[in-house]
Amino acid sequence: MLSRVADSLYWMSRYIERAEHTTRLLDVNLNLMLDESATSADRRWQRLLQTLGSPKDLKWTGDPYALTQTLSFDTEAKGSILSCIISARENARHVREQISTEQWHRLNSLYLQVTRPEMQPATETLAAMAGLEQPAEFLQQVMEAVHQFQGVSDSTMSHGEGWQFIQVGRYIERASATALLLEAYHEDLWRHTDPIPDGNEYLEWMGLLRSATAFEAYCKVYTADVTPDRIVEFLLLDEEFPHSVRFSIDTLDHALGAIHGEGGKSRAEPLRRLAGRLQGSLRFSSVEEILNGDIVAYLRGIQYQCAAIHKMIYELYIDYSIQAALAG
Amino acid sequence: MQPTQAKQFEHAVLRNYRLDHAYDEMFAGPDELHPHYEPLFERFSSLPANELQQRKHSAELSFLNQGITFTVYGRDDGRAEHIFPYDLVPRIITAAEWATVELGLTQRITALNLFLKDIYNEGRILADGIVPRELVYSCKHFRRQMVGLQVPRNVYVAICGTDLIRMENGEFVVLEDNLRVPSGVSYMLTNRRVMKRIFPQLFRSYNVRPIEQYTQLLLGTLRSLAPEGRPEPNIVLLSPGVFNSAYFEHAYLARQMGIELVEGRDLVTHDNIIYMRTTSGLRRVDVIYRRVDDDFIDPLAFRGDSILGVAGLFNAYRAGNVTLANAFGTGVADDKAMYAYVPSIIKYYLSEEPILQNVKTYILTEPKSRQHVLQNLDKLVVKAVGESGGYGMLIGPQSTAAQREEFARKIEAEPRNYIAQPTISFSRAPCLIGDELEPRHVDLRPYILYGDKVTIVPGGLTRVALKRGSLVVNSSQGGGSKDTWVLSQ
Repeated sequence: MLSRVADSLYWMSRYIERAEHTTRLLDVNLNLMLDESATSADRRWQRLLQTLGSPKDLKWTGDPYALTQTLSFDTEAKGSILSCIISARENARHVREQISTEQWHRLNSLYLQVTRPEMQPATETLAAMAGLEQPAEFLQQVMEAVHQFQGVSDSTMSHGEGWQFIQVGRYIERASATALLLEAYHEDLWRHTDPIPDGNEYLEWMGLLRSATAFEAYCKVYTADVTPDRIVEFLLLDEEFPHSVRFSIDTLDHALGAIHGEGGKSRAEPLRRLAGRLQGSLRFSSVEEILNGDIVAYLRGIQYQCAAIHKMIYELYIDYSIQAALAG
Repeated sequence: MQPTQAKQFEHAVLRNYRLDHAYDEMFAGPDELHPHYEPLFERFSSLPANELQQRKHSAELSFLNQGITFTVYGRDDGRAEHIFPYDLVPRIITAAEWATVELGLTQRITALNLFLKDIYNEGRILADGIVPRELVYSCKHFRRQMVGLQVPRNVYVAICGTDLIRMENGEFVVLEDNLRVPSGVSYMLTNRRVMKRIFPQLFRSYNVRPIEQYTQLLLGTLRSLAPEGRPEPNIVLLSPGVFNSAYFEHAYLARQMGIELVEGRDLVTHDNIIYMRTTSGLRRVDVIYRRVDDDFIDPLAFRGDSILGVAGLFNAYRAGNVTLANAFGTGVADDKAMYAYVPSIIKYYLSEEPILQNVKTYILTEPKSRQHVLQNLDKLVVKAVGESGGYGMLIGPQSTAAQREEFARKIEAEPRNYIAQPTISFSRAPCLIGDELEPRHVDLRPYILYGDKVTIVPGGLTRVALKRGSLVVNSSQGGGSKDTWVLSQ
């Protein structure tokens, strides 16, 4: 497979996953605003920005609607939902021949839907909208479309090398996003100097689980008895839940193995070691060990390792030096 | 000449069918069908009007769903994709007519390849004064870099699309050779596929010669040009990328041939060898079917500001490590002024009379011709020599005084850049306009492959000027296309 094609498939997949993540975070936080609790809006929205990696081009100005507007539609902001969808679609367009017609149609109609001018209400009207129906509807549509796209990708595209790069993109994005999500909440929930009054904690934890579509799955394992330790255990170490870090890294490693098999090069070994080490740490750690140690360092470690895996994928498959390739 | 209307045309479907002095592909005369059009006419005139519309609609939907679209530059930011308008009525060519066309095109491509070899090597034809030296060296598609270079099998033009038109007497003549990166063959193939679905019985009743083997023949031609010692050549199609108007065709052909569709950034050069970057390392490339113009293909050899090309490609080519189809510098032979010399070129190299004639062409660097042309601009067609796609053209009889003045100024400033031809009322074929058949001007672009041997799939792309009275068939100017049937007997 051409490196350029692999690159486009990888980024198409990452961007679409990112769009979904941002959409869900917005949806959850707008929803939490309805139950205004003692946790100040300020704190929540700043935490939201933190879970998105505190993008430089976004500032909390005290107006949740303005932020929602920016995060949804502002194409100047690289992390906005619209920007992610445009980038995903642009990548797909460059490899139109490599993906299935169904994938293209699903992604392209999402793109056409969100770039319609009437989709983007002016800031003033949004600010005046106390009802929130419109953003909620928009966010719902995006999430559904992304789920459809991902389902269609799995069911209509051959699970060959190209699809494996799509898997790699999706799960590397998801693993780092979930780690970052936990890190942002850790600062807020476990460490904050003035603890949140009782009863409100539950809302926040539900919000955290919902941000990873994990609430229902969590309840099936632990019942509705929500505690921080179990949340960490579930979102980090659960083997079966598709948004947990462990599940993401398992899938990522599997996909890298499949690509390695097809690429058939021994210099992929360092990459496999890197992914395998992260996988091992998630598989053989207990939540007690992690919480007794420095959990923030642990979460950041995951993000660093994801970044290192990304970098090595590039060095191996996409942006390798000609000299090295000829020597190999 | 006054349009005539015959009694027979009282048939509802022919209400607007007017014959004029142009050759009509369907009617030999006011009361007389060409025999090979009889079954077709019967079929089309017996179908209810709404049935025709339904079939047309179904064809259009099929194109849209298959993503068979092209981009028009300068409209909607060049981003919007359009369907190439498709006409439902096939154009029929008899076996005898095709035999002549095939012979003529074979003769022409052979002579043009010999001509290119000659002017980039000994230059005999120039020394003998058959073609003026200045005409060759002043052509902007002449590539000095190609002088003295050995081209594999002496094939400069491996893929050619020649535009033919039919004169008033029914004779096919050559309007233009396309020797650089001719396009449109994907429409020829998809038109046929759609046609077979929409009129299966009519198609079967006609004994139409197949064209589906084109992509396999193209692959065979490309393979035959591989550098020595590369028995399993890696063949790729080099495209400028998704923003190119013909991207659909590039992707289509690559897929049909089972070869990789690459862009300039996928290719790297090392030690004069071209590689493509794949996820399993660098893979050597042996033959490039390039759909990128000379100017943009290698920023080191040609235009330095090009980002579509591959730095070092020309040197790899010169070293014989990679073959390009077509070769560099073939545009010198399809320059519209050079066109006037093609009959002499054929006679010079093959000692044969040209089988397909040219359209009379005025070379404007000759003072006498220029004088004549400037005095008769309202009757002539003026074309810029380096343009294609129907751009840079003046159609005298349909022009305004201001346009003629503008062209007169341009011609006097740069006579080498223009040629003039009589306005030809080329043949018209029946097209479905609304619920009725109306005649529209058509041309024919057969695709010629030149590798081990010359191969021409029977037929080609028939382009239609869909606007009533229009003589411009280019897709960028409101043209469409239709399926072309060459009969086997």
